[in-house]
Amino acid sequence: MANYYQPEIETMPYEQLRQLQNERLLKQVQHVWDNVPYYRQKMEEKGVTPADIQSVDDLHKLPFLTKADLRDAYPYGLMGKPKSECVRIHSTSGTTGKRVMAFYTQHDIDLWEDCCARAIVAAGGTKEDVLHVSYGYGLFTGGMGLHGGGHKVGCLTLPMSSGNTDRQLQFMEDLGSTILCCTPSYAQYLAESIHERGLQDKIHLKAGIFGAEAWSEDMRRDIENRLGIKAYDIFGLTELSGPGVSFECEEQTGMHINEDHFIAEIIDPDTGEVLPLGSKGELVFTSLTKEAFPLLRYRTRDICMLSREKCSCGRTFVKMAKPMGRSDDMLIIRGVNVFPSQIETVLLQKGYPANYQIIVDRVNNTDTFEVMVEMNPELFSDSLAKITSAEKELVSALKAMLGISAKVKLVAPKSITRSEGKAVRVIDKRKI
Amino acid sequence: MNIHQISVFLENRTGQLAEITKLLAESNVDIRAISIAETADYGLARMIVDDSHKASTILLQHGDILSMTPVWAVEVPDRPGGLSELLAVLADAHVDVEYMYSLFAHKDDHAYMVMRISDEPKFISTLGDRQIKIMTKAELDLK
Repeated sequence: MANYYQPEIETMPYEQLRQLQNERLLKQVQHVWDNVPYYRQKMEEKGVTPADIQSVDDLHKLPFLTKADLRDAYPYGLMGKPKSECVRIHSTSGTTGKRVMAFYTQHDIDLWEDCCARAIVAAGGTKEDVLHVSYGYGLFTGGMGLHGGGHKVGCLTLPMSSGNTDRQLQFMEDLGSTILCCTPSYAQYLAESIHERGLQDKIHLKAGIFGAEAWSEDMRRDIENRLGIKAYDIFGLTELSGPGVSFECEEQTGMHINEDHFIAEIIDPDTGEVLPLGSKGELVFTSLTKEAFPLLRYRTRDICMLSREKCSCGRTFVKMAKPMGRSDDMLIIRGVNVFPSQIETVLLQKGYPANYQIIVDRVNNTDTFEVMVEMNPELFSDSLAKITSAEKELVSALKAMLGISAKVKLVAPKSITRSEGKAVRVIDKRKI
Repeated sequence: MNIHQISVFLENRTGQLAEITKLLAESNVDIRAISIAETADYGLARMIVDDSHKASTILLQHGDILSMTPVWAVEVPDRPGGLSELLAVLADAHVDVEYMYSLFAHKDDHAYMVMRISDEPKFISTLGDRQIKIMTKAELDLK
């Protein structure tokens, strides 16, 4: 009962897919060698020429690209086509201080929109659907990516962008939106708003395509229950195109990577060594078809695993697990790696809202670690003893999950700012 | 017969209690008793008001977290030793008081204590045996 947008590619036998990747890789390496002096120099430093790359098996010989390279080469240094051939740019928010600017030819946009269309169809989308796109439009890839995918599928596509919740709900109700695309934190916010206004019976969503943020399995169930939908994960990076690098099928056990366009590797983040399938490590992508911004072996800093187990949906594309979080999101507190998504998991399990904020500071050379949690009406009581014991339970559950102690601070409901784009989960005041 | 107490969650922030009392004042809700319990990071205000339904509606609309709890208002002689005698009676009967505070109202030579009790049947029978009066809502002019 699987839904495909491009069945001949999405279910292509592995051998044939590998052959396609080999052909495309050779062509792409030559393209980069000829047109991207920055990368050519890196290859030369490593003593590699296009002749050394005869198939995907030789991929490990190529040098890595990192965020630092993107910064060094900013803005034009990694372009593979002259500006006159490019039709658009997108850019990351630059919240981590590293703005990334990516370029697209019309062909690049076309292939990217195909990838998004695959994700929409996998989530049950057809031309009968009303696709409600509440990702931000503009420099951020989320809005325009899913928007283009929606056009390809033939959905009635609503370019809502984020924000103005009343208008979002009004359109959902009046136009009968069936598929919602936004960040998971905004989906949660919309779900809350729908319940507050008692609009459950007037909203007819059936599916959601949520990404651009790390989110936990518990958060998925929470959104699914509250909106009465099936929630599909989608993954991507501006550097590679945007959303749609990988997407989930109805099995919800990982995201299929669009392997006709991207080769994924898992490496040891410390040594750079390629790890066997099934190992946990840093995700590295090689873009096979991008013309304007052709990145080879780009280190995403996402920590995750790949699996090529047969999927019931019939797709042959390798699946990546939900990343544990970008290493950019990862905090190192008192020497321990902490992912905000782990905190979210604990909060939901203990019955608190997943809207939280982590505040890290350094006092007398020791990291302080505080989690601000919104009080939940069901956990409130007239007895301080009961509240304190629930709080203690939360503190120990956090400690069990993270391995270090966090101070929990209960705050009034709705007092932590709800996000309309990417949620601000972490405030790191340390000056290191 | 018990009376209704409203507890409100207070985060540790200047002016939160002022906000809540202002809301009640604007709706003409009379606070008959209030007591604050706090930890280092948050607290809760327990209140007896003349119209608990109206008060809770206002506070919920404001986005506060509430809980309604049945508590008891007991008549105490308004003289030295009045409270001590009442507590001695409860202690002798092994009735635990979880918390208590006083109502603002006085009548003749009586004051009133608001009490939260764990073993309510024993509490009622103990006070009944000693003819200590439990106040009803009507007697306190509460809705």
